[in-house]
Amino acid sequence: MKKLHLPSKLYMLLIFMFLYAPITVFVVLSFNDANSATNLDGFTFRWYGEVFRDRMLMQSLRNSLLIASLSALFSTILGTVASIGMYNFRGAPRRIFQTVSNIPIINPEIVTGFSLMLFFTFLGTIFNFEMGFITVLLAHIGFCTPYVILSVSPKLRQMDKHIYEAALDLGCNQWQAFFKVVLFELLPGIISGFLISFTYSLDDFVISYFTCGPQFQTMPIVIYNSLRRPVYPKISALSTMLFVVIITVLLVTNIRDLRASKSDKK
Amino acid sequence: MKSKKLALPYAVWMAVFTLVPLVLIITNSFQDKSGNFTLSNISKAWEYREVFLYSLEIAFVSTLICLLLAYPMSYMISRMSEKAQSIIIMLITVPMWMNFLLRLLGWVILLSDGGPIDTVLSFVGINVKLKDNDGAVILGMVYEYLPFMIMPLHTVMSKIDKNLIEAAQDLGSNSFKVFSKVVFPLSIPGIVSGITMVFVPSASTFLVAQYLGGNKKMIGDIIEETFRSNQNVGSALALCLMIIILIFIVITNQFGDEEAVGV
Amino acid sequence: MKKIICLLMVCLLVIGCSVTLTGCKQYDGEINVYNWGEFISDGTDGSMNVIAEFEAKYNIKVNYTTYETNETLYNILSSSNSSYDVIIPSDYMVEKLIAEGLVQEINFDNIPNYKNVMDEYKGMDFDPENKYSVPYSWGVVALGYNKSMVNGEIKGFSDLWREDLSGNILMFNNSRDAMAIAMQLTGGNPTNATKEDIDKAYDKLLEQKPLVKKYVMDMVFSELEGSQAAIAPYYAGDIYTMMSNNEDLAYCLPEEGSNLFVDSMCIPTCAKNKDGAEKFINFMLEAEVAKANAEYIGYSTPNKAAFDILPEEMKQNELIYPPQEYLDKCYTFANLSEEVYNYMQEKFIDVLAE
Repeated sequence: MKKLHLPSKLYMLLIFMFLYAPITVFVVLSFNDANSATNLDGFTFRWYGEVFRDRMLMQSLRNSLLIASLSALFSTILGTVASIGMYNFRGAPRRIFQTVSNIPIINPEIVTGFSLMLFFTFLGTIFNFEMGFITVLLAHIGFCTPYVILSVSPKLRQMDKHIYEAALDLGCNQWQAFFKVVLFELLPGIISGFLISFTYSLDDFVISYFTCGPQFQTMPIVIYNSLRRPVYPKISALSTMLFVVIITVLLVTNIRDLRASKSDKK
Repeated sequence: MKSKKLALPYAVWMAVFTLVPLVLIITNSFQDKSGNFTLSNISKAWEYREVFLYSLEIAFVSTLICLLLAYPMSYMISRMSEKAQSIIIMLITVPMWMNFLLRLLGWVILLSDGGPIDTVLSFVGINVKLKDNDGAVILGMVYEYLPFMIMPLHTVMSKIDKNLIEAAQDLGSNSFKVFSKVVFPLSIPGIVSGITMVFVPSASTFLVAQYLGGNKKMIGDIIEETFRSNQNVGSALALCLMIIILIFIVITNQFGDEEAVGV
Repeated sequence: MKKIICLLMVCLLVIGCSVTLTGCKQYDGEINVYNWGEFISDGTDGSMNVIAEFEAKYNIKVNYTTYETNETLYNILSSSNSSYDVIIPSDYMVEKLIAEGLVQEINFDNIPNYKNVMDEYKGMDFDPENKYSVPYSWGVVALGYNKSMVNGEIKGFSDLWREDLSGNILMFNNSRDAMAIAMQLTGGNPTNATKEDIDKAYDKLLEQKPLVKKYVMDMVFSELEGSQAAIAPYYAGDIYTMMSNNEDLAYCLPEEGSNLFVDSMCIPTCAKNKDGAEKFINFMLEAEVAKANAEYIGYSTPNKAAFDILPEEMKQNELIYPPQEYLDKCYTFANLSEEVYNYMQEKFIDVLAE
């Protein structure tokens, strides 16, 4: 393994500065007492307290977490089952299935969002329902599932076809063989599919923007609506908190992972 | 496990939530407000061709810059130890956990008149408008989508067998030849999927230009403006955008392996 | 590793679900309020949090969302299947919504505080029989500019076409207001625009486009208040608010005269909780609440009881309460025919897309 040269190190440093610059802005602003984006005036923790008193913001956070967990859960199940089904297809049907499944990924978000809005409005007039929780959830499951399929399918292809049969021969019934053997083999793909879905759903603005209603707003939408004023210390504080939580979780899992892989090698 | 029926629920799902909405877009594009067949929406979309071209131009430049920035970066990462690689990749994904809009707003603050960068520049005697122009839009796009370029590039590059490079070197290739004959050809699938993943969203987004752009609108903005005032014209614009993107993907896929797209 | 991630997944699910379940307080109903952005006193800087006060008083939950233009409001009401209980459109939009049956009659027996409304704001042209609307605020379109960035005097809307301000001019991002300004300068009739007026205004706006920094609505706050642009036409109340946050800003009542608007609270036909909506409207008319709103948003109040208790400094302010001579020069918007209304929107998007 070659050591990196100084210019390379500098280059990487610059890229990282670029990637983290706007985030630093928010962390700084969240501690700024001045309620302004341009003047820095003293250090304060008060915005962190006010975040929890802002009912709209808290509720949107709750909505976002709810949608993200539910859509990740449903799309993981739907996507895993679909990948297994698709695995048994060959040739043209499989290619068609795959292409249609990739449409939400390839299609511009604004087109997906717009088309779903037309669709839900159309359905709403027939079945008399309103845009809200359900429409956002359905839309999110729709764009998350393809990612699950993309992360589960390769694992299926890598899997030894005979282990399922071996399990059957050893006396498992179909369900047991599936849950005890196949699922275990697919687990890494399923987990990464779940996590991708969770993050994409949590961060999605465009599709939620087109499919949400007045009673149900996710956090990105509340952020979008409140960012037109030049000051947003509360939102900075909330994002800083979320950021810290995420980075801790990622660091902890990664470090443990590295330790584990190290001890494996020994 | 062997049953093809397992694909059924998702097939139904796709039919309902992917295909039907698209069909609605298509039928809407060819209807006027009272539901009669018309081509006027499509001709309206043709009137907006300048906007389409402008968006594609911005997307093209952004994608090119992303590629130029990400390529050396990914190469460097792929040369590091596995441990370092996973940490660096994690650090690249971490900013993506912050909300898209917030990161954009961070740039609005950084680039604003009297903001940190402007202050430093005017101290050295440079006075330029940093925000509300094409440059700022491109910067925003590059920022938002750079990780989407680094990831696939890193994935393919880390798979390049190091012995292959060493073999090439042993056979007397200089580093330029090693790059052009070994590394570059093997990284093409990564380039293709990176380009798709950056180009498609940057051609269609409506947020970046809204916050960082000046008086020129991108096609995403126009669709957003139109879709509420006239759904039929909005549909026609969306349909055209979709077709352009589709053509783009078909073309880029000629150069690479289809499976890589979107991973 | 797998175990950790599994745990993580379970945690996320549990957090997601528990937060959602425990966070629900029992309310006796809910109303959906759809209002302009930055158009209600929200509790920042020690002001009254009107929505929280209403919720506490009546135990009705308020789902508060905002729009930026009358046109967005109209399109959402007419084409989406979301329901709203209280909306606050401007004059011409009230007329349009009444004509298309999108708003319903209000039962004024449930709104005793209606007595607080000044008589001159009852029975206005857009709702002559006073059945559908309750005035919330009024004002004129004025010019806000940054003294440190503008040389010479700002007199009126024609200054928005000044070459030396190129790149520092903001313009309305909504068809009616932007077109009206251009029509005033091209001899059109902003009140009852015709297609010819719109065509002329379109050319005028195209002429302005190279000078314009950005087309904005609510973003005017970050642009003008944040000293990013030199001049912008906007609603007087918002200019007042921005001036109180940025000392460099000044205002100008355009010499050409300007648009006088009245924003009124209405109940859409699709409302699910009319009773709650009427309670909300009545609450908004209470002297203290209307005063808090007027103070916070900076718009002129048509509420007599609130006006009386406003600080003297606001009552005397000519930006918010222009002298009668100026108001006589102003015009209001009337409802345009469907065809002209659509044409205007289309031409404005053409300006944006050019």
